Amino acid sequence: MSLENLHPSPVMKEFLPVEYRDLIEHGPYTNRNGSDKQTVKVTDMGKFKEVIEEHPMCAGCAMTLFIRLAYIGMPNPEHTIVVGTAGCGRLAISQASVPFIYGNYGDTNAVASGLKRGLEVRFPNQKKDVVVMAGDGGLIDIGFQGLMHSWFRKEKFTTIMLDNEVYGNTGGQESGMTNHGKVLKMAPRGKFGDKVDALGLAKVAGVDYVARLAPTNPARVARTVRRAIMVAREVGHSYIQAYTSCNIEYSIPTPDVMKDAFEIEKERYGFEEIISPLAKEYLDDVEKKAKKKKSDK
Amino acid sequence: MANVVGSSVCRTAEDEGKPADWVPGGEKQTVVDPMKMFHELPREMQFITGSEAARESMRRANIDIAIAYPITPQSESMQQAGYLYDEGFIKEYYRAEEEIGTFSAISGASRAGVRSLTATSGPGLMRGMEAISSWPGARTPIIMLNMCRVINTPLAIQPDNIEMSFMLNTGILMLHAENQQDFYDYPLAAIMASEQVDVTLPAVVSVDGFFCTHARGPVKVTPAEYKLPPRDGWRSAVPAMDNENPPARISRDAPIQKSNFISYHMHASWQQEVFAAVERSAKYFRDYLGGLVEVINPGADDFIIASGCAVSQAREAVRQEGEQGRTVGLVKVKTIRPFPVEEILDAVKDAKRILIPEFNQAGWLHKEVCSVLYGRCDAVIKDGPRVFGGMTMPTEMILEWLAEFRKEVK
Repeated sequence: MSLENLHPSPVMKEFLPVEYRDLIEHGPYTNRNGSDKQTVKVTDMGKFKEVIEEHPMCAGCAMTLFIRLAYIGMPNPEHTIVVGTAGCGRLAISQASVPFIYGNYGDTNAVASGLKRGLEVRFPNQKKDVVVMAGDGGLIDIGFQGLMHSWFRKEKFTTIMLDNEVYGNTGGQESGMTNHGKVLKMAPRGKFGDKVDALGLAKVAGVDYVARLAPTNPARVARTVRRAIMVAREVGHSYIQAYTSCNIEYSIPTPDVMKDAFEIEKERYGFEEIISPLAKEYLDDVEKKAKKKKSDK
Repeated sequence: MANVVGSSVCRTAEDEGKPADWVPGGEKQTVVDPMKMFHELPREMQFITGSEAARESMRRANIDIAIAYPITPQSESMQQAGYLYDEGFIKEYYRAEEEIGTFSAISGASRAGVRSLTATSGPGLMRGMEAISSWPGARTPIIMLNMCRVINTPLAIQPDNIEMSFMLNTGILMLHAENQQDFYDYPLAAIMASEQVDVTLPAVVSVDGFFCTHARGPVKVTPAEYKLPPRDGWRSAVPAMDNENPPARISRDAPIQKSNFISYHMHASWQQEVFAAVERSAKYFRDYLGGLVEVINPGADDFIIASGCAVSQAREAVRQEGEQGRTVGLVKVKTIRPFPVEEILDAVKDAKRILIPEFNQAGWLHKEVCSVLYGRCDAVIKDGPRVFGGMTMPTEMILEWLAEFRKEVK
């Protein structure tokens, strides 16, 4: 919630749980002390209170790491609403102290379209960031139509695909983002089609900022999320596709999860950004200003 | 934080592609107390179609966002909504990809805390049913206009209100308009009732397609310079998802999303509360509509209970019976949810025969009436007459059924 609303009345403060006090005093919120600069960095992880702390995800889950980093990258978590759908990710996302809409199956990008437009009507003087964070199945299979049309309409929000290349939450069925030939549940003879080229679709649909990455470089994850949200605020739609392996269904030993991420990144999931000229101009401007501010100090 | 709420103008005239001195239509209107709008303002008679009546209703409803996908016979109304958007009476508007997208988006809009309107017809409603049935549990005030149409095979675009039966147990407030006048009045009443704190539910106003939407009828409208008060997104049983207040726990807690004893109890109590809220809305509809039912000839032996277009046909049957010296009673059911149990019981307490004419195959109103009158009324309840698939219901049909009924039940 907006930072001012988070602050408890001074007389109540001592009665609140320490977690709550920590969130206000050591949380990732901006606008603290009237400053609009980001107060925490990825490299400070462990030294501040994250908006997501406890979660019921599997041990060693790369998706959880990505989700934590994504929340750190949010430029204004106190003015952000996250939209999700059924899948593993929402089990963690719903635990964050950022409002989360858990809608129906595959409805994320339609809900976010209405939500964002409604918020723009209601808060003409306060930017509210809307971020869809959903799985590969939720977006590319059941949510495909809503995803595509939100792209065609250039809806001003961000879509983040948590791509574990499988239906993890329902127990390991193949999805549109599974690679060709992979044997998984409901693909007993191996997956028929190719992995859907969602990045190509995003490019064709005219998405203003498209990025692909694996959670191998924490600072880069946070920066990419931040860039995507900034573009969605002012320019158009943004899409991030993140490799967030399922160590259970893909039988990756827990200690090797990051090793797998580095390998897959090298093999076929390298960092890539596709930025429209308009978005580039905007990002250059924003990032130049931020740099200048830094050097002035 | 500075107060960022309050301005209803999001964009400049230039952004809207209008001349610099353009003022949105809605900005020129004056907010009026709903009770004053419904009961006191002077009214001007217009001879317009149901779709045009819906447009005039929307013009006065202070709508923030309208989203819809075209389908016959709804499209006429929603393109009118487009013109209202262009004139500045509706602040945001778009044609969505299809109905799942439409009804999901409108729920997103409502969660933003703004007044949200959509509309559909039979097959579109069925397509979006997953989204629609989740609106009440999400406690999202939404106004949906439903221009009834055949849903089943063989495909037809004709009037038939079978789709209403699919909404009966969702927790949505349901009104059934008899004519063009109702299709002007009911949406305004439904909006105000749905946004009350102790209600906070979506509402659907159904009307029989074509018979009402594409035919003209007399409609008394209030002056266009008056509009309803705006929605207050914070005055709500479940707060808006605007990150200005703590979010509702329905979408937060893992225990609620998983199968365990907490989730069973949580779901059960939440659903109980939804249906209790439906009942609590009755008091507002009584005020706004002057009652949940309209009763003609109370105390009669013969009664007709009807909703929608069937009421008009029944009215004429009642009139013709009167000419023959026979008194026939009529209960017009305005609100299907909340269902006016006590009102119906009171109206038919001395009746011997009850006829329930309907424009659908299932006879959902008959089943509803039977379920509330069972064991509480001595009248024999006749299952019909019914027409469907686009057929009209001639008054003669009702008269014949009445004559037959009198022979069967002395």
